[in-house]
Amino acid sequence: MADPDAAGDGGVVTDKTRTKADGIMGEQHILDLQNVGKTYSTGAVSARILDGVEFTVDRGEFVCVVGPSGAGKTTLLKCIAGLTSPTTGRTLFEGEEVTEPPAKLAVIFQDYSRSLLPWLTVAKNIELPLQKARFPAKERPDIITEALSNVGLEGKGSVYPWEMSGGMQQRAAIARGLAYQPDVLLMDEPFAAVDAQTRIDLEDLVLGMSRRLGMTVLFVTHDIDEAVYMAHRVVVLSGTPAKVARDIPVDLPDERDQVTTKNLPRYGKLRAEVFGLIQEAKHAVTRDIGMVRA
Amino acid sequence: MTAKTTLRGWRLVLLRAWLPVTLVVLWWTLSAGSEALYFPPLQEILTTLVDEWILGPRWRDDLLPSLANFTIGFGVSVLLGTALGVLLGMSPVVRALFAPVLTFFRSLPSPALIPIVLGILGIGAGMNISLIVLGAIWPILLNTIDGVRSVDTQLREMVRSYRLTRRQVITYVILPNAGPQIFAGYRISLQIAIILIVVSEMVGATHGLGYYVLESQQLFMVTQTWVGTILLGIIGYLLTLIFLRIERRVLRWQIRMRQATGAS
Ligand SMILES: Nc1ncnc2c1ncn2[C@@H]1O[C@H](COP(=O)(O)OP(=O)(O)OP(=O)(O)O)[C@@H](O)[C@H]1O
Ligand SMILES: [Mg+2]
Repeated sequence: MADPDAAGDGGVVTDKTRTKADGIMGEQHILDLQNVGKTYSTGAVSARILDGVEFTVDRGEFVCVVGPSGAGKTTLLKCIAGLTSPTTGRTLFEGEEVTEPPAKLAVIFQDYSRSLLPWLTVAKNIELPLQKARFPAKERPDIITEALSNVGLEGKGSVYPWEMSGGMQQRAAIARGLAYQPDVLLMDEPFAAVDAQTRIDLEDLVLGMSRRLGMTVLFVTHDIDEAVYMAHRVVVLSGTPAKVARDIPVDLPDERDQVTTKNLPRYGKLRAEVFGLIQEAKHAVTRDIGMVRA
Repeated sequence: MTAKTTLRGWRLVLLRAWLPVTLVVLWWTLSAGSEALYFPPLQEILTTLVDEWILGPRWRDDLLPSLANFTIGFGVSVLLGTALGVLLGMSPVVRALFAPVLTFFRSLPSPALIPIVLGILGIGAGMNISLIVLGAIWPILLNTIDGVRSVDTQLREMVRSYRLTRRQVITYVILPNAGPQIFAGYRISLQIAIILIVVSEMVGATHGLGYYVLESQQLFMVTQTWVGTILLGIIGYLLTLIFLRIERRVLRWQIRMRQATGAS
């Protein structure tokens, strides 16, 4: 596998899984996962969830991670976010090993109802992470207003989270992430709990936002359509313990549209490819569970 | 809509008031002209109450000191209990260090401490206040520890990933999250503090409401004993009422959320 220092030195990386060309020579990957493995141990039982996960994300890229339920997607995200440390290997954020949550990284969690503070208004929720050093007090109102308008929640700053619909709450959580002005936005199945129409709206919202702001997004999802529709690249996790089964570049036009993009023959082919990989991965999981039970 | 609400408000007042009013009226009429030693007429009791406690100097000499002891004792319990609770709740190490001692002290019935506290501090306000604190702090401490520990895992991760400072975590996450439980602790402690103010003054004071009740009983001043008892009832009731007011104000967001979502 790749020499861990190659990317940092600007050397040519010859990793087979890196299908997308690396950035300009000498520019480091914004995220670099090196042989990431994770084993959870609870008492006598220990479960190997991840083993040798390797991929990189470049600045401005939108990468989707897909995999069957229980594959370890959330675990992987936590390793990248510095919320848990990998058992083996390491993850680099802007060239530095992640040992604690990086300041220029924000996470949008799946369950918005447990990520916003119900005793604070939306504006206060957004303001809370804006520390003095990076965000002078007098700039904050503007930052908050802009973040709210970016997610279509103009004038909702004084509302409490529980006064809003699920979709609006997730928008508020995204606004908080945006206001934080991260270099990378990690999203863990952010739309899993909203209805289909809201989901489509939120997909386009995040897509438009990331393109407009040139933001790097790592997006975990169950949904194959969502992954192919949004991503520059789809990383498929599979196996127990999980590793990268395939890293598929999505060679669709950068401008995505729910109707046009999804009608492209290329979209259908990519979707089928990811679908096939996931089915395989699922069967692998069932088989492994069966073996454990036997 | 508004008319209906006001009507309901009036109805509520009537529903609540009928029993107390009926009881007082019954008491007043049945006890009128009573010669029984232990049941003086209510009229006489109330006259004595007004004469001694409102027109006389007792409000200054006995009522205020009792209230002051209560306020200091309960206040110290609240501040100390909450602060220590946050500390213990946040640190498993500190918790492990103090858990056995905590369990021991909270199982100790606080009146059992009276002889020792009395021996060490002697009669007076210091003893009264100490006894209140020693009895009332435990529910606050234990509820705060529990509440502090109950922060949801995803919320914890949100807090960590946004790198909130310790101070922010305590004021904006831990305390509000534990608020309902902390206030449940305050409520139990309030009742304990009211009981202990009486008990401590009965044995360790030379004035105060508790002292007055016991003293008058020992001197067979039955009317005065009734006066003291009624006063204690009224004060306990008022303190509870004030407390509920404050609780409703501080936990406003939670009440409104419950109304809005129908959830707990
Ligand atoms: N803290 C933990 N301790 C022990 N086991 C854990 C822990 N967190 C997750 N696991 C286990 O690790 C496995 C992977 O969990 P993870 O949440 O990463 O999967 P996932 O791919 O995100 O699943 P889903 O799609 O359902 O969200 C699961 O079997 C889970 O039970
Ligand atoms: Mg998950």
